[in-house]
Amino acid sequence: MSEGTLYDKVWDRHRVTTLPTGQDQLFVGLHLVHEVTSPQAFGMLQERDLEVAFPERTHATVDHIVPTGNRDRPYADDAAEQMMAELEENVRAAGIEFSHPDTGDQGIVHVIGPEQGLTQPGMTIVCGDSHTSTHGAFGALAFGIGTSQIRDVLATGCVAMEKQKVRKVEVTGELGPAVTAKDVILTIIRELGTDGGVGYVYEYAGDAIESLGMEGRMSICNMSIEGGARAGYVNPDETTYEWLRETDAFADDPDAFEELKPYWESVRSDEDAEYDDVVTIDGSAIEPMVTWGTTPGQGIGISEPIPEPSSLPEDKQDTARRAQEHMGVEPGETMEGYPIDVAFLGSCTNARLKDLREAAEIIEGRSVAEGVRAMVVPGSQRVQRAAEAEGLDEVFEAAGFDWREPGCSMCLGMNDDQLVGDEASASSSNRNFVGRQGSKDGRTVLMSPIMVAAAAVTGEVTDVRKLTEVSAA
Amino acid sequence: MSVDHEEFADGEAPAEKVTDVSGTGVPVRGNDIDTDQIIPARFMKVVTFDGLGQFSFFDQRFDDEDNEKDHPFNDDRYRDANVLVVNANFGCGSSREHAPQALMRWGIDAVVGESFAEIFAGNCLALGIPTVTASAEEIGRLQSHVEEHPDAEIEIDVENEEIRYADRVVDADVNEAQRKALVEGVWDTTALMAANREAVEEVARSLPYVPDEHVPGERGSGDDAGDEA
Repeated sequence: MSEGTLYDKVWDRHRVTTLPTGQDQLFVGLHLVHEVTSPQAFGMLQERDLEVAFPERTHATVDHIVPTGNRDRPYADDAAEQMMAELEENVRAAGIEFSHPDTGDQGIVHVIGPEQGLTQPGMTIVCGDSHTSTHGAFGALAFGIGTSQIRDVLATGCVAMEKQKVRKVEVTGELGPAVTAKDVILTIIRELGTDGGVGYVYEYAGDAIESLGMEGRMSICNMSIEGGARAGYVNPDETTYEWLRETDAFADDPDAFEELKPYWESVRSDEDAEYDDVVTIDGSAIEPMVTWGTTPGQGIGISEPIPEPSSLPEDKQDTARRAQEHMGVEPGETMEGYPIDVAFLGSCTNARLKDLREAAEIIEGRSVAEGVRAMVVPGSQRVQRAAEAEGLDEVFEAAGFDWREPGCSMCLGMNDDQLVGDEASASSSNRNFVGRQGSKDGRTVLMSPIMVAAAAVTGEVTDVRKLTEVSAA
Repeated sequence: MSVDHEEFADGEAPAEKVTDVSGTGVPVRGNDIDTDQIIPARFMKVVTFDGLGQFSFFDQRFDDEDNEKDHPFNDDRYRDANVLVVNANFGCGSSREHAPQALMRWGIDAVVGESFAEIFAGNCLALGIPTVTASAEEIGRLQSHVEEHPDAEIEIDVENEEIRYADRVVDADVNEAQRKALVEGVWDTTALMAANREAVEEVARSLPYVPDEHVPGERGSGDDAGDEA
């Protein structure tokens, strides 16, 4: 078993007791709530005549169904309106703070937590969304949970969980030009498998990780779940603290920052911490990545050939064959030149200001290829405003991109932003599952924001390094 | 025993012991079947789980004109099956509890497979649905058996970690916490954890990032508590 890791320390600090099942009851430091997975949980609470135990440790936003176009109320979609109204009533009745669109703070739950300073090192954080792993970038233990567990957290402030093993994923060296955090995590998932993380929490470490900013760390932790790990984290360091200092939580209260810092430092993994497993990946060998299939594990470098299914491990062959048929790709070819119909720049993985800035650098002075529908969906209203203050919206719009309101949008297609028929998308999101972007015949190619930008302007999957000298990391 | 989950719908307190599940099987082959496939996102635009059963594997079962496609859930032979037999990494992807809720409302009482994604397995447990694993070879054999004998009785013995069908007794695995929770009927974690309220508040107070006034027991009881609560 692991010992002395951040995971062990944060777990111990939050452990209330061991339940008769052998699971630990863990106190939840921050419970994030959104509109899709919570209404049933609030309903269960009412049926049991229970109240929200820790409303001040709970924060709500709306992201999955919220329109990214016209937001006049009632929403045009009756079902979306009903879900929004339900959330409004639930949080009002419980006294839960709500980053409602009217506040100017609304956004994807995994974007607003970090930007408002709700997300802090050494916390336990849960949300009814598998990408809650994002918050691990700050050295928090953050897990996606189901609706019955949301009921647990609302009613008791706790979750029942079993302690997992810790795998240190060390990414060494320096990332090459135009190689981003997204490429790192797609490489990790390819190496370790989509179920490689089952039973583990991932501690991301090594020079290539530590040199990343918070946005990159969030992209990596965000996709831990695509590798089967419910949670992933990076130890807090000066980069983390610099980000936190600027957030609402501490910008006007430097004393609070200094008071908490020793706790954050104390939960860092010890130098001699013991891990259940250690994996090392050479970061300098990673090139821009794209997926060729229908799971995030089916990724390759942009210059690498699509694998022959028979060359893969036996348990991967069937999925690979079906994926290649769905995507219409041939083994032996590269993904370069694969025609796209849609370019989607958004999602909790990659819709932060830095992502938009870097993509805009590629876009500037170019135009979206004919026949391509291109959209930018900022991760939050704050990201949107900050980008507009820099004129990024104008860069995108001048090139032919649609500049939209914040939300999950075409990542999962619960609002009107969906693929149609067998359209292919270049997407900065996290999942290329069949049907994920709203059309069961739709095809999704996952890639970094700058690769999405490159695909948008050429109309096909393109090695961004051929377009320009870029300095992203 | 054949489990009746109806009474657990939307928040009823389940504390029933689930020691074993018996019935007939339905095989759904393929690795990495994600929760977007089990229930597509568009069916999640609802505020209750009622009626989700009909949307199980919807896009695998119907084409664009709503014609039925070839899928085990459309096959009359498996119409009354309550044991779902799957392969590896079943339920990966989104944390949506809508997936096991849909399967449960379809009539599934247990899922047997090579391996499961963790959140999916946890969500199943919260509904009293065992997720039982066995080797790839045994699962393949069971799937073939069900395909050849759709009426054959399968018994999932959660307590003793065995799957029994025809003359076979298969060694299976049930996660230890899940096994205890189901067998002892302690899978209602809300009730279990609510009983430890004082200890919870003690932990909350011990955390440097939790202000005292956020702890319910502190509200109105201390000198400076209560003002902001």
